[in-house]
Amino acid sequence: MQSNATLEYDYTIAKLYMWTAVIFGIVGMTIGVLIASQLAFPDLNYLFGEYGTFSRLRPMHTNVVIYGFTVSGIFSTFYYVSQRVLKVSMGESKLLMGLGKLQFGLYLIAATGMVVSLAMGITASKEYAQMEWPLDALIVVIWVIWGVIMFGLIGLRREKTLYISLWYYIATFLGVAMLYLFNNAEVPTIFFSGGLGAWYHSVSMYAGTNDALVQWWWGHNAVAFVFTVPIIAIIYYFLPKESGQAIYSYKLSLLSFWGLMFVYLWAGGHHLLWSTVPDWMQTMGSVFSVILILPSWGSAINMLLTMKGEWNQLTKNPLVKFMVLASTFYMLSTLEGPIQAVKSVNAIAHFTDWIPGHVHDGVLGWVAFMIFAAIMHMAPRVFKREIYSKSLLESQFWIQTIGVVLYFTSMWIAGITQGMMWRAVDEYGNLVYSFIDTVSVLHPYYALRALGGLLYLIGMFMFAYNFFKTATAGRRLEQEPRYRSPMA
Amino acid sequence: MFHWLEKNPFFFAVGVFIVIAYAGLIEILPNFAEAARPVKGLKPYTVLQLAGKEVYKKDNCIACHSQLIRPFKAETDRYGQYSLSGEYAYDRPFLWGSKRTGPDLHRVGNYRTPDWHANHMWNPKSVVPDSIMPAYKHQFTNVADLETAYAEAVTVKKVFGTPYGADIAPGKAAYEKELKTKILPEALKIATEMKRDDLIKMVKAGKVPEVVALVAYLEKLK
Repeated sequence: MQSNATLEYDYTIAKLYMWTAVIFGIVGMTIGVLIASQLAFPDLNYLFGEYGTFSRLRPMHTNVVIYGFTVSGIFSTFYYVSQRVLKVSMGESKLLMGLGKLQFGLYLIAATGMVVSLAMGITASKEYAQMEWPLDALIVVIWVIWGVIMFGLIGLRREKTLYISLWYYIATFLGVAMLYLFNNAEVPTIFFSGGLGAWYHSVSMYAGTNDALVQWWWGHNAVAFVFTVPIIAIIYYFLPKESGQAIYSYKLSLLSFWGLMFVYLWAGGHHLLWSTVPDWMQTMGSVFSVILILPSWGSAINMLLTMKGEWNQLTKNPLVKFMVLASTFYMLSTLEGPIQAVKSVNAIAHFTDWIPGHVHDGVLGWVAFMIFAAIMHMAPRVFKREIYSKSLLESQFWIQTIGVVLYFTSMWIAGITQGMMWRAVDEYGNLVYSFIDTVSVLHPYYALRALGGLLYLIGMFMFAYNFFKTATAGRRLEQEPRYRSPMA
Repeated sequence: MFHWLEKNPFFFAVGVFIVIAYAGLIEILPNFAEAARPVKGLKPYTVLQLAGKEVYKKDNCIACHSQLIRPFKAETDRYGQYSLSGEYAYDRPFLWGSKRTGPDLHRVGNYRTPDWHANHMWNPKSVVPDSIMPAYKHQFTNVADLETAYAEAVTVKKVFGTPYGADIAPGKAAYEKELKTKILPEALKIATEMKRDDLIKMVKAGKVPEVVALVAYLEKLK
């Protein structure tokens, strides 16, 4: 029997993940600023003994911002968006609600395990897949539970057609599942050696060049399915919701979605240009990276055109500001990537600071900006309170934007400088610079980058304070706001 | 078709999966057998070297050092012969790295000596005055986990057929024997070449410092 009562969505899980996103954001970015400063001022390596060197902290930084901050942000939006676009409440099913809480609990355990094990130097050493096999197994469980919840909600849905954000969440689920299982295939040593050695130790299923191929198929596509696909899910929901504008083009979204799915996976080879991977694979990686501009810009342009005729909102609403700039950074980053994937450019760019520079205009400018905007859009609706401070959001926006610009411009210069110095030869064909010359020259850029990171971190603290105040002290709202989020 | 897919989540998911799985099948699979062959004369890592590789992983040298010499004159002049696929046949995991904050290490064994490494790991500035690399003094007192390295050798021999001799076998007794006859003597040789009495003393007492294992591994990189 159809009830006429309005549907009350249950945001318990979404709220929990919002909090962890904020906490991991602070932790991960603080470590980021520390390691950036260590490159400029090496004495900072000795703050925490063997646990505080650049090398030990670097995977801690990447893992906490990826699997802590970003993944929390993704889950929080999922538990908010999926209910609303499917017209079904988590509260309607005790099973799904229980699974949601279990998933969050296991996520916390895994995240803690990750931080502790990386601090101790327990690592499988493959980038962005450092966790050892017991944690890998736990993550598979968490992921499967997420899938059950996703398809459970879809099974109960009242709205028959899946909204585009859900396409992207489904793709995230499937893509990460496939990549993760293959890349983390490893053999625990304790089972084959008659119980010798550390129980958590394992060896990779693949060796050498094969391992590299699988790893960068993963590494590149972790970027696809954690930093791109779910973030597009977020912008497709939150930009129209915040601005009150319909998506510009359905056809463009179709083209970008299926195009992205098909093309992205081929491009992993561009991480292995000039390596011992066969030439044809390198070329495929290069070519598909360039093709990737099409679906990437398709999504971004679709978002920008959604604001057509409503650009005045950009001056009035900081959340729209965050999202529009995020789309723009997405365009920058997805143009820069293909440029670096051209073999001749890659010969200079690879192994240099231009690569972290590229990563960070994507993650700081696109991923994190979208997560900030989404969380602030959700906050008034889940806490039923007004956003605490508009001016704080405005200042955060500008401080962080300056931070990102400082970050990537300094790394562009550093990367190209170093790449050119490595290959410089004199008139007799001898190398001009010893390696250390190419390190010393980077000092000012490293200092500038640390400053950029510090500005971004300050913005993160402003955001955390604003969020905390919104959740606890914002003015009460009688009614859920329709579009533009109310802010004081 | 797309409208229909959007109302049928199961087929939608299947469609997405096929589209994303396709690339991996075509790009990765065909090369697998080919790329796994070792170059002629390549020997697997000794247990001590494996323990050193674990130190390399633990202190995450890969954050700043690559092990991949690209086929450019500027690189072969600086680091030696460009890297070949078959040289990595026993590397699980591969340790190519993705960033050169410091120089490449794939052939570091050709042009650095154990006592250079000893000075460098103790205080990088003593040999490279402008170095921004931190000192790794804890490696001189931390004891390397040889048993886990041995377990790894047994595992890769059993599971992947890595060519170790009959003495690499499961169980505590086989490990103890290997430790006495092979690992400790090899460590003592390295420690002696590193010219530090504290390291020699520790090895003689049956405890191999992390840095000795690490240098054994770095010496193998040629």
